[in-house]
Amino acid sequence: MLPKLRWRPSHRILIVAGHYGSGKTNVSVNLALLLRSEGRKVTLIDFDTVNPYFRAADNVAELNDAGVKTIIPDYANTNLDLPTVPPQIYSVFDGGEDETVIFDVGGDDAGAAALGMFSALISASGYDMLYVLSMYRPLTAKPEDAAGCMYDIEASSRLRFTHLVNNSNIGPETDKNSLPDSVGWMSEIMKITSLPLAFSASLARYDISWDGIGDVLIMKDETVRPWEIRPVISKSLI
Amino acid sequence: MSKVLMKGNEAIAESAIRHGCLHYFGYPITPQTEIAEYMAKRMPQVGGLCLQAESEISAINMVLGAASTGERVMTSSSSPGISLKGEGISYIVGSDLPCLIVNVQRGSPGLGSIQPSQQDYYQATKALGHGDSQVIVLAPSSVQELADHTGLAFDLGDRYRTPVMLLADGALGQMMEPVELAPEGEFKPIDKPWATTGHKNQRKHNIVNSLYIQPDELERTVIERYQRYAEIEKNEVRYEEYLTDDADVILVAYGITSRICRTAVGLARKKGIKAGLFRPITLWPYPKKELAAAAEKASRLLVVELNMGQMVDDVKVAINCSKPVGFFGRTGGMMPTPEDVLKAIEKDGGAV
Repeated sequence: MLPKLRWRPSHRILIVAGHYGSGKTNVSVNLALLLRSEGRKVTLIDFDTVNPYFRAADNVAELNDAGVKTIIPDYANTNLDLPTVPPQIYSVFDGGEDETVIFDVGGDDAGAAALGMFSALISASGYDMLYVLSMYRPLTAKPEDAAGCMYDIEASSRLRFTHLVNNSNIGPETDKNSLPDSVGWMSEIMKITSLPLAFSASLARYDISWDGIGDVLIMKDETVRPWEIRPVISKSLI
Repeated sequence: MSKVLMKGNEAIAESAIRHGCLHYFGYPITPQTEIAEYMAKRMPQVGGLCLQAESEISAINMVLGAASTGERVMTSSSSPGISLKGEGISYIVGSDLPCLIVNVQRGSPGLGSIQPSQQDYYQATKALGHGDSQVIVLAPSSVQELADHTGLAFDLGDRYRTPVMLLADGALGQMMEPVELAPEGEFKPIDKPWATTGHKNQRKHNIVNSLYIQPDELERTVIERYQRYAEIEKNEVRYEEYLTDDADVILVAYGITSRICRTAVGLARKKGIKAGLFRPITLWPYPKKELAAAAEKASRLLVVELNMGQMVDDVKVAINCSKPVGFFGRTGGMMPTPEDVLKAIEKDGGAV
């Protein structure tokens, strides 16, 4: 039986940050779609100022179709991929309580640095901040390194994480045990950081044994690698 | 050692460290900056040095200096940055020094684009530096191979006293795949009696130099080096074949493109076209004899690259123009799909 996801943000501002390649964008996009499907207004901000590849800006059409508002850097995915912060961000601090604003932040302390300029506004408004991490990423594979990366992000963003998200997977070779094997590792990190686990995350296509995992965000992933055949989706089925 | 999930650029950096490279000199450029970033984090942990030079030119000259001491040393860049390194690379060749140079290619010419390309094939295989010079060129096609070839590159460089280029592209550098890395702490350096490590009055001076004012002396060093190149051509050719045994049309592709072609071969076979794939792994030395043997039973070849056809001449020379050689490619940072390649297989009748 598929697990549930009971966790919901308790503030209108939700920040998703973590180590490079930990799955921040996947978690952000799928949380945005989930919250939107429950009728909330949702704005997703592509706040990645460090990496021009694999970013929320790639998902704009899908998000907008689902009714999620997106704010992406003016130059994202153009020839001028400049590390700019879109000025519209200031507008999200004026919205109502019926809206959730998700910041999809770039990797590590470098990616979170630009968030620091909004830390006063974000703190005043109240926020949840998720630390997304994977046991199979070598620089966060040791619990003390995972905690160290987290403290670096907090220092550079001048914000504090409120929850952890366990997105442990080993890409196409993810099997039944990949996520369960990371439960002990995650407990260690919870102990070191004194933070609660909000949920685990997994792509829908991974075959995972769910026993003992707790709540899981099931994510779709439409990334097609260059050598893969693009699936044909008939419009009549949608 | 179990597998981890890494970006191609990270896998190059970590594998280099595990193969004894403790000196990295670089300058940032997309899509390879993660190599420098990773090195900046990891080198202090392992007692190594990561230095961001003031330009690509100073980085390659730092490589020259560090390599003179016999240490394993590397630099990395992307297409325009590699052009800047050209002079230094020729100096390193002329000084007979081993080192690793990584090119994570992007769209060109000029400042071009930041998307994947294979437009530096000519540069890498024919004239990475000026003069009678050559470097070994490895073309990995997965994150695992980026890690493995990084180790291989250092070993080959040490064995033949030559720079080695790892020729990757923006897709390989940026994508994440499971990878098994070499174990930590198992690297054993080989003896390098030529290294300039201080003679301590125990031996003659070792001199590392590429300047020979007397032309006859210079000619002797070049001829000696070409004897080593002949050894490399004899011993170090690497390639992979996929369904070439009964193939009517053989695709020739390397790097990321070879993976697209592999899928296209499957699509073609489903349609009853007997397709196969020949994948050079060393772009220099080029697998000439091996390609000629594979092509014997085929009726035609189709080269597929992310450029305007830079490998076509090497293929024609390898098979002595015995079969028609077609070409299909995208350039500037564009990637063909497997279906695009299938169309090219179906359409291509003639030679270019």
